[in-house]
Amino acid sequence: MPILELQNLKKYFSNQKAVDDISFNIEKGSIFGLLGPNGAGKTTLIRMITGIFYPDEGQIIFDGKKFNPVNDVVHIGYMPEERGLYKKMKIGEQAMYLAQLKGVKKDEAFKKIKDWFIRFEMESWWNKKVEDLSKGMSQKLQFVTTVLHEPKLIILDEPFSGLDPVNTNLIKDEIYKMAKRGATIIFSTHRMEQVEEICDHIILINKGKKILDGTVKQVKQDFKENLFSVGLEQQQTNFNGMAPFEVVGSLNENMVVRIKENHKPNDVLQFLLQQGSHIHSFNEILPSLNEIFIKLVEGTPLSRQFQNN
Amino acid sequence: MNKIWLVIKREYLTRVRNKTFLLSTILLPIVIILFILGSVFFAAKSIDSKKKIAIDDRSGFLSKHLRPDTNRIQVFFNTGVDTNTYAQKGFDGFMFPVDSAGRHFLLRTPKAASRETMERLQNSLNNAYVSNFLLEKNISVRELDSINKISASYFEVTNIDDKNKSVSGTVNSSIGFLSGILIYITMFIFGAMVMRGVMEEKTNRIAEVIVSSVKPFQLMMGKILGIGAVGLTQLLLWFVLLFVISSAASAFLPADVMQQVQQIQSNPSMMNANAAQYSGLAKGIASFSSLNWTIILASFIFYFIGGFLFYSSLFAAVGSVVNEDPQEAQSLMLPIMMPIIFGFIIMSSNLETPDSPVMVWASIIPFTSPIVMMSRIPSGPPFWELALSMVSLVIGFILTTWFAGKVYRTGILLYGKKAGWKEIFKWLRKA
Repeated sequence: MPILELQNLKKYFSNQKAVDDISFNIEKGSIFGLLGPNGAGKTTLIRMITGIFYPDEGQIIFDGKKFNPVNDVVHIGYMPEERGLYKKMKIGEQAMYLAQLKGVKKDEAFKKIKDWFIRFEMESWWNKKVEDLSKGMSQKLQFVTTVLHEPKLIILDEPFSGLDPVNTNLIKDEIYKMAKRGATIIFSTHRMEQVEEICDHIILINKGKKILDGTVKQVKQDFKENLFSVGLEQQQTNFNGMAPFEVVGSLNENMVVRIKENHKPNDVLQFLLQQGSHIHSFNEILPSLNEIFIKLVEGTPLSRQFQNN
Repeated sequence: MNKIWLVIKREYLTRVRNKTFLLSTILLPIVIILFILGSVFFAAKSIDSKKKIAIDDRSGFLSKHLRPDTNRIQVFFNTGVDTNTYAQKGFDGFMFPVDSAGRHFLLRTPKAASRETMERLQNSLNNAYVSNFLLEKNISVRELDSINKISASYFEVTNIDDKNKSVSGTVNSSIGFLSGILIYITMFIFGAMVMRGVMEEKTNRIAEVIVSSVKPFQLMMGKILGIGAVGLTQLLLWFVLLFVISSAASAFLPADVMQQVQQIQSNPSMMNANAAQYSGLAKGIASFSSLNWTIILASFIFYFIGGFLFYSSLFAAVGSVVNEDPQEAQSLMLPIMMPIIFGFIIMSSNLETPDSPVMVWASIIPFTSPIVMMSRIPSGPPFWELALSMVSLVIGFILTTWFAGKVYRTGILLYGKKAGWKEIFKWLRKA
């Protein structure tokens, strides 16, 4: 059952169609990538899911019922791209406050915060103020306050920006753990290698419209160009016209070939074997999400211009 | 509701525990007390020094009729000093006639004599002339004394109202002015406090996190109420501290200074006042205690809270549309501050006529009513006017909080650019 269903969601601002008829479902327990160039409408979309904005049209179904911001926000954790905490407030008190705002009881919040602080090696921070923390430290604190109330849906906007590799892994592991326990994670980022690594399912939006929707595997399959890298013992570049492929370049001393239409990878191997070549590697080259992203979004200016309608 | 309470608690506790709050709460009464003590101390000091004045009395008239030792002036006749030597002989001034009739004198002093000294001197001289005039008309010294005694307090008029209670317009208007000015000042101080408080989420970039847990309206109300509670606490602490410090200070003051202060207080005639003023004061005290303090206090609390809610939500709306820079707020604040200042001007220029049409209308319209109505309360405005004013203030603050809530929703998530009033009203139609 999907945790979140968006049905024909629209949000128009006076000078811009920020979200223009977007529908998709997110399955429970999945890690979902919400991708799009700057100004595509991601933030507006997320703000509607978190109850900050009301959609002009369309419906949000949360956990099987119509989304009711007042009650359902306690099941959502949101870490916006615009990071912020009360600078003058002590860290422990701040975490307590934010947890209680999400409906966690006082003593329960205290126990959970202690727990997280120990896990993230932050126990000694309790009485420090946020203004005394480094950027990475406050990022960790922000993550803790986002997930402390064990939300069913966690929305993370660029969660790794400003983190060193050690802390990145720390948080990545927590994300996996939470997904395993049944939480759903929406992950919004521009870092495509992270999306490839973490996400099960992605959608890509551009100019307020959804332009891509599928699992990472499926999307890569859909955009593959039948490219293979072939490693031969002896470099060879000239093949006769009978070859079921054409050489399009080389990669790490391997040659890159494109299989001609109506041919299978086996045909390539067969042909090469008949040629007497010694093959030591044969790999399919799938397009990276980065390439797909650029390909789909290219041609639109980086930041969306205001439309005159 | 529970969430508003959480917000109130945080706003209140973080502010009250702040060092600057403690400092300003403690320092202000101390500064006020020191100021009062200082001025009392110097006033008492100046009483000490009696002015010694040497008089060249050629006609012998003054030495016969002028009492040598009056109110803080001691005169000495024909001491043989002149304009050059008076200071050496220890006199503060030297007075000599310049016309043949002996009616115009010059008083030579090292520096300009105080207004008080000049007035006292002239009064003494003129009294001496009147006494002499009456004595010449065969009125005995005893009769003269009794005339002086009764002339100032023979008749007495006391103002009473329809309930047979003694009243005083002066007392009414001064109590009204005091409460009006208190509301005026607190509205400015706490309004600005709310505005800065609302900007806190924006400057800390935490607005988006908070409004994903709390409705913007809840956040705004929590902030307004929390900061209002801080203001109320501060006001109370000031009153308590003022009381404690002033009673403690009176115990530590030198005994002779206190005595003199008491003399000034208990005997206004010493302060160049006559008996009529003294009885006026007594009447004032009588009507002071006859005022309906329950109504005054109750309406002060009502108008304080009502006015605070009415204006602080407007200040909150302004705070939500500006960015970190408080300078930006200035132009947006002006339209909000104008009616407050306007109310204050109406109040202070119509104090003596609390029932004039301007005052009646200004005390009903919620923009000015907290200040103006409060100044009218001691003089007992008609019940229906009070009721109408209170109802319209309640409706008024419901409307302003509604307005502020709409603006706040949009404003709090807005970064980078400041919105003008035109844009704000556009949001109002949309949201």
